[in-house]
Amino acid sequence: MTEFLQHVVNGVSLGTIYALIALGYTMVYGVLKLINFAHGDVYMVAAFAGFYIATALDVRDHPTLGKAVVVFVGAMAVAGALGWAIERFAYRPLRNRPRLATLITAIGVSFLLEFGFQLPGLQAQGRTFTEMLRGLGWGVPGWLDGLVAALPADFPPGPTPRFFPEPFTRVDWTVLGGVHVSNYDVVSFLVAVGFMLGLQWIVYRTRFGTAMRAVSFDPKVAGLMGIPVNRVISLTFVLGSVLAAVAALLVAGSRPRIDPIMGLMPGLKAFVAAVFGGIGNVPGAMLGGIVLGLAEEMVAGYTVSSFRDGIAFAVLILVLLLRPEGLLGRVTVEKV
Amino acid sequence: MRRARLVLRSVAPFLVALPLLWLLQGASPPDVTIVLVSIAVNVVLAVSLNVVNGFTGQFSIGHAAFMAVGAYTAALLTTGLADVQILGLRADVSDQVIFFLALVAGMATASVAGLVVGIPSLRLRGDYLAIVTLGFGEIIRVVIENTRFLGQATGISGLPPYTNVVWAGMGVVATVVMARRLLLSTQGRALLAIREDEVAAEAMGVDTVGWKVRAFVISAAFAGLAGALLVHKIQLVTPRMFTFVKSMEVVVMVVLGGMGSISGSIIAATVLTVALEWLRGLDQYRMVIFSMLLIVLMLTRPSGLLGTRELWESVPRWLRRRQGGGAS
Amino acid sequence: MRSTRAVAFLAASLAVAACQGKKPEAEAPAAKAAAPAPAGDKILVGHVGSMTGSEATFGQSTDQGIKLAIEQWNAKGGIKGKQIALRTYDSQGKPEEAAVAATRLVVNDKVNLLLGEVASSRSLAMAPVADANGTPMITPSSTNPRVTKDKDKVRPYVFRVCFIDPFQGTVAAKFARSDLKVDKVAILRDVGNDYSMGLADYFLAKFKELGGTIVDDQSYKAGDQDFKAQLTAIKNKNPQVIYVPGYYTDVALIARQARELGMKQPLLGGDGWDSAKLYEIGGKAIEGSYYSNHYSPDDPSPRIQEFVKAYKARFGTVPDGLAAQGYDAAMVGFDAMNRAADGSGAALRDAIAATKDYPGVTGIITIDANHDAVKPAVVLEVKDGKSVFVTSVAP
Repeated sequence: MTEFLQHVVNGVSLGTIYALIALGYTMVYGVLKLINFAHGDVYMVAAFAGFYIATALDVRDHPTLGKAVVVFVGAMAVAGALGWAIERFAYRPLRNRPRLATLITAIGVSFLLEFGFQLPGLQAQGRTFTEMLRGLGWGVPGWLDGLVAALPADFPPGPTPRFFPEPFTRVDWTVLGGVHVSNYDVVSFLVAVGFMLGLQWIVYRTRFGTAMRAVSFDPKVAGLMGIPVNRVISLTFVLGSVLAAVAALLVAGSRPRIDPIMGLMPGLKAFVAAVFGGIGNVPGAMLGGIVLGLAEEMVAGYTVSSFRDGIAFAVLILVLLLRPEGLLGRVTVEKV
Repeated sequence: MRRARLVLRSVAPFLVALPLLWLLQGASPPDVTIVLVSIAVNVVLAVSLNVVNGFTGQFSIGHAAFMAVGAYTAALLTTGLADVQILGLRADVSDQVIFFLALVAGMATASVAGLVVGIPSLRLRGDYLAIVTLGFGEIIRVVIENTRFLGQATGISGLPPYTNVVWAGMGVVATVVMARRLLLSTQGRALLAIREDEVAAEAMGVDTVGWKVRAFVISAAFAGLAGALLVHKIQLVTPRMFTFVKSMEVVVMVVLGGMGSISGSIIAATVLTVALEWLRGLDQYRMVIFSMLLIVLMLTRPSGLLGTRELWESVPRWLRRRQGGGAS
Repeated sequence: MRSTRAVAFLAASLAVAACQGKKPEAEAPAAKAAAPAPAGDKILVGHVGSMTGSEATFGQSTDQGIKLAIEQWNAKGGIKGKQIALRTYDSQGKPEEAAVAATRLVVNDKVNLLLGEVASSRSLAMAPVADANGTPMITPSSTNPRVTKDKDKVRPYVFRVCFIDPFQGTVAAKFARSDLKVDKVAILRDVGNDYSMGLADYFLAKFKELGGTIVDDQSYKAGDQDFKAQLTAIKNKNPQVIYVPGYYTDVALIARQARELGMKQPLLGGDGWDSAKLYEIGGKAIEGSYYSNHYSPDDPSPRIQEFVKAYKARFGTVPDGLAAQGYDAAMVGFDAMNRAADGSGAALRDAIAATKDYPGVTGIITIDANHDAVKPAVVLEVKDGKSVFVTSVAP
């Protein structure tokens, strides 16, 4: 029994990660009907943003609550800005084009972030960024020198995994005669539920949410009704990216290894979770994430763990065959 | 008479290509050969995926799985029959015959896999279908990694190096002829009708379900061919070669070339393979430049290089227009 | 207008293709000669590495180790008066890319020596290329027996400077049985990694042979964030030691999560653990665990300490095991070049095969008849954020 409960706790904890990322995925999808492949990489960049800020503040040796807040806010701001930029420069020019064109730029952005962050660090190569620019014969303003020198750690980070300092101290509890739970699991779960409720509120109870739903329904008509379509889509991207940042910091805080491709698999799994729950549906993303996490956990725990991903996907396919619109998705009636 | 012409049209490309490929094979040093083979493999992959994604308008992101099925089947056959010589044939001829049979077997098993994945497409569409193909790709990989006689993570090494420019080139010809014949046939029209409007197609009496499954099967068979060709060039087959990333690369080629354009897929597969090879000297910066190239290309040509048109349609028209312009 | 642009782009891309095709063709006759000719006043070394992709950290470490070896030889005046140059091609961690990169290095660039890859699945794709073109290849860290030996036949031009899977798996099993004196062990292996699978298989066989029991055999996938499902299952079987023959990138997290589940057993691993990141990410959780390795970083012998110092000065980080192996692979190659009768591939191959008691950073290396490195293994314990020597196991 203890083992089963432990598996449940682990599964929910893993599912929470998927759910947190899937919430951002599903927001963007709901409005644009676009699979934002770069979402997992925004998650990665947010983790690194948090890492740089935390290193600059020396969170590792002297963690305080104030610093944790700065780390979270800073990473959220970076992720939001990145999400805005990706939408503005890679997706918006293609908005009225075939949907798959945007998918390819999404993959391009995803590759760019992954491989860009895998480049060897400029300090490790024995020259700073500004020296390299001067080597190319470009003028470099003085503040850039200062910025590079002020970097708390080498940039780009390179492929070697980095240690992510805990933003707040980890506490492990043993409950129910041997089930181990940490405060990170609890906080992550509560944050995910909070976000889910918050997003539901935004989507259904605010003017912005109404605008979002209108854009989702028909961007052209929404534009005619005076809804600033571009601003709504930009804000949705920023919101989704900020969610990814929170997910990244919570995950990195409890599993302190970050590297440039850390977003790849969670991004993929979150996409699966979002579809599973009914893509575009906020509670669906949450449910899909938790169910996927539990499914993986139970497969790995009770059957052959090397089949973990295989069986998780097989379950998923079966469920989709029975309910093609996802767990909480609405059946769309096709009209001619 | 009409029938004879059709047969000729299908056979002629092979007859024309064979001596040319033979010459090319003789003229290329090993480093050119291996690049030519990888171009050919990518062309086969892109054109075959185009049958599902481009012609039929479905969204499959699990092409690497079919490659894996074909590659492992062919590899098991050629390694298993390495010491077998077909009676009455010279040793090298016998090897080539066995390789041909292995390729056919690879296509056959891959098409069975295509059938298995095609059936869910009866119920699912769009992103849900994408998830199923993705999941299927992962399942295939997991199964291979857990199967001892398939070599688990190490795979099967020491495959005979049968694939050369001739084999790879003939693979390309076969795929292109297949795709072109399909597109120009009634069957092809049915696929295009499904792409343009599934509901309307069904209302017009097109067996949408049957055609979607058939598209999957055909596409999978040629992906299997590509896999079988590839592994007999690098003499190794491992699950690492058939990841999700590989599937995405093929999707990129198809979209970049233009959904539904055969020549577009050929050009995109060639350009991407050559560009990656060309950038190889740049170390880690290669992939960064490659991804920027991808974004810029897509932003400047959102419908792909050729859209849905074909080179053999656009070029004559373009030439005609130029001539017309010059005369006036 | 639209089609004009399409055609212009097409023409441009074909032009690129044509340029690409032409250059090697001009050199075709020279390439036909089996052995690469000595490249004039320079010695060219080719490295195929996973510089990008999921194993980029290992590829880049290896590359830095090789760079350091080259710079040290060049500072000493090069080999027989010739300077050494390095050409690195990225394999993205894909076997097919490794095959293309190796072919290009060997045929087009005519390297004298081919180095690489980290993983056996890529080295297996490179080995036929080296053999077919008569260019010696040394792999720094591909441990699968099949890399140097294809179906009972030793590949003539392929060598390695690392352990093979059977040896290291056996060492760990012996250590667990006779030094730690345990009889119940659980295995947690990386199912997608041939190195990890090889070590686990040989460990399992040897440990059973020595009379121990394997209570559980679980697996994970490299890059996973969460290992608690497997660990919970293992915990229930109550083993005395958990054998985790993976890379430090995952092991550090596995150790942490095991401790979070209240598991106190020491972990046991292989040379994939060797990196300063293991202690940094693993923290207190990894303390008290053991792993087999080529050398002990706290070994006071000057050749190891000087390497660590030089590497740190050059790249700003402590070298990991892969950097040391990359360095040794290059060094063994250069040492052989220095001894080789002439600059041909066959002479270099014979010289590498004759390597005996070469004092490398990762141990005293002797190349045996199977083209594998014979060197003793050491078992290290993680203590106070570094590895300390426990015992040495001879081959």
